[in-house]
Amino acid sequence: MPAAVHRIDPAASAPTSSKEVRRVADAVRRRVLEYTLKNNGGYLSQACSSAEVLATLYLRVMRLGPSQAPLTPLPFAGAPGANNPHAFTGADYNGPRAPELDRFIFSPVHYALVLYSLLIELGRLGPNGLDAFNQDGSTVELIGAEHSPGHEVTAGSLAQAISQAGGIALARRLRGERGRVWVFMSDGEFQEGQTWEAFAALAHHRIGNLGVYIDANAQQCDGAMSHVMAIEPLAERLRAFGADVHDVDGHDSDALTAAADGFGFGDRPLVVIARTDPCRGIELMRERTPKLHYIRFKSDAEFGAYQALLARLSQATEAETSSGTGAEAITGADV
Amino acid sequence: MSAIVTRPHRENLVRWAGQRPEVLVLSADLTASCEADGFRDDYPERFFSMGMAEQNMMGFAAGLAREGFFPYIHTFAVFITRRPFDQVAMSIGYPNLSVRLIGFLPGITTPGGVTHQAIDDIGLMRLIPNMTVLECGDATDVESVLDVAQAIDGPVYVRQLRGEVPRLFPADQPMQLGRARVLSEGADLCVLSCGICTEEAMRATAALRERGIGITHLHLSTLKPFDDPRVMAAIRSPRHGVITIENHSIIGGLGSAVAESMAEQGAANPLRRIGLRDRYAHGASRDYLMREYGLDAMALVRAAEDLTGKRLNISDDDLAGARLDTMQTADKTEDL
Repeated sequence: MPAAVHRIDPAASAPTSSKEVRRVADAVRRRVLEYTLKNNGGYLSQACSSAEVLATLYLRVMRLGPSQAPLTPLPFAGAPGANNPHAFTGADYNGPRAPELDRFIFSPVHYALVLYSLLIELGRLGPNGLDAFNQDGSTVELIGAEHSPGHEVTAGSLAQAISQAGGIALARRLRGERGRVWVFMSDGEFQEGQTWEAFAALAHHRIGNLGVYIDANAQQCDGAMSHVMAIEPLAERLRAFGADVHDVDGHDSDALTAAADGFGFGDRPLVVIARTDPCRGIELMRERTPKLHYIRFKSDAEFGAYQALLARLSQATEAETSSGTGAEAITGADV
Repeated sequence: MSAIVTRPHRENLVRWAGQRPEVLVLSADLTASCEADGFRDDYPERFFSMGMAEQNMMGFAAGLAREGFFPYIHTFAVFITRRPFDQVAMSIGYPNLSVRLIGFLPGITTPGGVTHQAIDDIGLMRLIPNMTVLECGDATDVESVLDVAQAIDGPVYVRQLRGEVPRLFPADQPMQLGRARVLSEGADLCVLSCGICTEEAMRATAALRERGIGITHLHLSTLKPFDDPRVMAAIRSPRHGVITIENHSIIGGLGSAVAESMAEQGAANPLRRIGLRDRYAHGASRDYLMREYGLDAMALVRAAEDLTGKRLNISDDDLAGARLDTMQTADKTEDL
């Protein structure tokens, strides 16, 4: 088994360090770059912005049990239905359901490749878990749905996950469960009216077991959010809606972790606005600003430049693995 | 003459939910208007006010259903089927969650005008895979539809009646899933009706039978799935043709479902669809709108004359004579 694959034991009490988060986040960026090259296109900037947020959630915030799903994802078994006993959930990769364990709801599912890559680094998905990525008949889809690894709801029509998570959190409270519900969202979803309906309801019903991490990369399909439809001041808006809001550097794992410290016993939802850089770790991409939503290579020269970057990143990782240092090499390699 | 039952759903919901702690009610600011106020008052810990925010309400219901609860959404049919259509399709329909969508004021039963009149809800809900579509036509249907819905593994849309509701069918003969009520049998015409139009059809068929027209009349409460063998047999055999009558657009509802089934079976009979003919209605009384838009007993008589090629000389008085004692004014005093 490659050195990069680590099994997570929820019973292990040693706190995960920000250094480990950084290692995992860099590996996620590298893998997403690899598949973006392989497919001649992909949601690369989302990996750059969210890698630390998602790695911190899995490694330092959420209380999850071991994966219940196969290392190699099963093929699509049909949509859920009364006559389809074969349908299954991608949530099994996040561990069993138990009253004391947390739940993870993944909302901007075009980030799917970022999540799959993270699950590989965590050992929840096998090293070959992406072989079926974007292949016909696979559950490892380009834009994930509830059968895709790590996904619990079908959230591709954005802003629907937060409401569903609200219902799950309410149900868990009605049952007296101590486990929390965590939602990963993108900032673009705060343009949808449903998101604000959901926050009004979370506050009204005093739902204090639901926490939201927002990848605030300020980018969307048409370009910079400030040009498409501004949502700022987001923290003030959310506070006015009754949430407990933390506005932090989304690449600072310690800050991301501290924001969730002790959460789960109050009567307000938690929101962590993770301010992120959509080009973090891949400086080359800045040339494409403000069109960062989906990277498709425009020329052989551009493809070659990203390919060369991947080679440098991979070499840097090997050097790091053998020497135990050199984490800086990733940001230094491509400037 | 049929008896009138006042607010059968209100009473029934309280009684029915008493021993079912897994049943929740979610409401979007139309609680008494949808006769859920009794439930709210008796089981406040199981009632959730979601405000005027139907998209979010669908998501909350989906999350609660994923956790094993049975959320009964109560609001007007238009606000279940139009505004949050994507949420119903994606958050509830796709995962086949057991959310029960109880939609009030179907079609022209509201004087609230075009914004409040669900004339396309059956069509919209039939389009969603996994969705079961039920419609109540009388107090017995209203009192038994919750049992039918609760037994279904997956989401259910119920076109529900409120206020003063006639009892057309014996109280001890509950609605059954996928099983039409056979109200009469005859060889000349097949009449298929649903919802409040069944009452209209019963007036017309009584007058038609007096003129010697043999009619097989079925009342349908299950609009999806649409595979009742009684219905399939009835549409194959009539001498002159098939008539559907519904409080809905003729596109997408009962008339469409029957047309699809007839075509698939190769039933080479003429079909006349009575309903809203690809038009919006407007705010007015139910009786006025049923006449104005041709959803009433006389519309069915005209269709029967058309198919049989006979002038039957049935007057308004003849139909009024057969008129079942319903249509009190209380409905208009309710909150819109």
